[in-house]
Amino acid sequence: MLHADRLVHTTCPYCGVGCQIDLHLHDGVIFRVAGRYDNKVNFGNLCVKGRFGYDYVHSPDRLDTPLIRHRRRAEPQPSGWDEALDLVAGRLEAIRREHGPESIAVLVSAKCTNEENYLLQKLARAVIGTNSVDHCARL
Amino acid sequence: MTNSISDIVEADVLLVVGSNTTETHPVLSLQMKAAVRKHGARLILLDPRRIELAGFAYLHLRNRPGSDIAVINAMVNVIIAEGLQDRSFIEARTENYPTLAAAVEGWTPERAERISGVAAEDIIQAARLYAEANAAAIFWAMGITQHTSGTDNVKALSNLALLCGQIGRPGTGLNPLRGQNNVQGACDMGGLPNVLPGYQAVTSEEVRRKFAVGWGIDFDRLSPKPGLTVTEIMDGILEGRIKGLFILGENPMLSDPNLNHVERALGEVEFLVAQDIFVNETGAMADVVLPGVSFAEKLGTFTSTERRVQLVRPAIEPPANARQDWEIILDLARRMGANWSYTGPGAIFDEMARLTPQYAGMSHERLEGGGLQWPCPTADHPGTPILHVEKFTRGLGLFSPVEYTPPAEITDEAYPFVLSTGRVLFHWHGGTLSRRSPGLDALAPQAEVEVHPEDAVSLGVTSGMPVRVSSRRGSVVAAVQVTRRSPPGTVFMTFHYAEAATNLLTSDAVDPVAKIPEYKVSAVRLEALPEVVLQ
Repeated sequence: MLHADRLVHTTCPYCGVGCQIDLHLHDGVIFRVAGRYDNKVNFGNLCVKGRFGYDYVHSPDRLDTPLIRHRRRAEPQPSGWDEALDLVAGRLEAIRREHGPESIAVLVSAKCTNEENYLLQKLARAVIGTNSVDHCARL
Repeated sequence: MTNSISDIVEADVLLVVGSNTTETHPVLSLQMKAAVRKHGARLILLDPRRIELAGFAYLHLRNRPGSDIAVINAMVNVIIAEGLQDRSFIEARTENYPTLAAAVEGWTPERAERISGVAAEDIIQAARLYAEANAAAIFWAMGITQHTSGTDNVKALSNLALLCGQIGRPGTGLNPLRGQNNVQGACDMGGLPNVLPGYQAVTSEEVRRKFAVGWGIDFDRLSPKPGLTVTEIMDGILEGRIKGLFILGENPMLSDPNLNHVERALGEVEFLVAQDIFVNETGAMADVVLPGVSFAEKLGTFTSTERRVQLVRPAIEPPANARQDWEIILDLARRMGANWSYTGPGAIFDEMARLTPQYAGMSHERLEGGGLQWPCPTADHPGTPILHVEKFTRGLGLFSPVEYTPPAEITDEAYPFVLSTGRVLFHWHGGTLSRRSPGLDALAPQAEVEVHPEDAVSLGVTSGMPVRVSSRRGSVVAAVQVTRRSPPGTVFMTFHYAEAATNLLTSDAVDPVAKIPEYKVSAVRLEALPEVVLQ
């Protein structure tokens, strides 16, 4: 039987209930997830996704390099970070210059953290200058 | 939610409307089940489908999709006619009651029965149960909001709660169940086109001055003009107004309505960037894809449906060349001329908390000791488990009478069935995560369409048979599941499956205020496909 070499207390990434979980790790792999009892949210319980739905974290499909598509519908090519970020910053700047800040829109994420969402809407509003910031709250 | 998950068991009556709670918020539904089975609460279910909660319900009002306001207005009518309203609460805490009373006068249970198909005596019984309870709590989810009348649906529920004083105490309240793990937080953080963090309006000069100072930028940099919503952004691209789109961790190519329209838009936008952990259907169309990290590899916070802010902690190493999402955004901002610097997510949180009144008393250090529910205005404030205890945010609770309007798309000879969409227990949203979990995918491997036995007979189909489901906008192939869960004339599908993307079918008619698409009502037709073999 596999034993955990480390437990990490965190928050389930699926629905909006916010169940508190322990990730059981062995050699850097999540092999078991358990509900925590020390809270007034899930009282130790978990659903089938919260208990078993973590394979995706270790999926071989995980994206591990920036990709650039030089033409629409062309095969994307792996790139370095500098090349990818320079391209994004440059193209967004160019669009802003040519068409104004309101020609750029940003979708933040209901799956990402508060910190990431705060920072991205700040980028949209304070750096680009657009209020077209939304996400899938309506969907 | 105005109330907390832990006080659900204190309710005597639960009114659950348009929420398939056991499948979409399974762990919260355990508290509902406990309220019923262990504490003797009575559950009133208002939902067209015979979902699992129906087995716990004292009353199941199976209304026609899109007819919620008729039923709720009739409950209000009955409560007033029978003198069951909470007069002292109405007097002390609300305004505009006479307008409501006048508006619902014509909403007799009999009239509501004709529109909704719910028996008048059931509506009367539900009204009495709700009004006479010591503590009655209302829960809803997308079954209320994903209608062209979504905003009015919520107002109707709010009228009901105010009328009976069922708010501001344990076991009561108006409790929307938020879908995604951090949809509450994404809204709180200003991930909306009309507000900065903390729901502070972009149109307010005072607010913009505060943020300009807090962010160390010129006041003129902040636009006073509200931006576009998701559905408007897609239209904006096709109208040539939107040229660049940056998408963080979302998949509009599966989650948005009328996907053919979305695909045209994403194909046409001049520059598309996706930051995600997988190349999903949206990333496959992007000019640049930036690899971020999963929840298990990052530090930060999520805010749950009960406004509880909780820590997310890193457990494993990210893939080799992926980067922390906050670092990617920071790096991009600097390349675009910003002089930002943060030592980490804790510092970002601190800056946000200084500008966001609801979060002002929180920090990562405090959250180490357990989650806190906003508003939490000061460092020694314990958080707020129940909202509106003494007074409402606006002072007095406002009655807002609403009228029933039929759904935007009605069935006809060519498209005789109502399609309603939602989720199943085993999958999540666009399936990017759950469909990569082989165990979950084995439990629900293929797209199905729920068909009532009567309809199955007239269509000549049985469970497992492939059918083509078509609307005015597109068509998909799915396997029939013959079940009494959906009522006759209504079929149900999920939107988890890229290979049978249900949102090719859905209508992009939206609620005029909230701009939420009417996913719960589209008109479709079904055709048996005896020659097709489903994979």
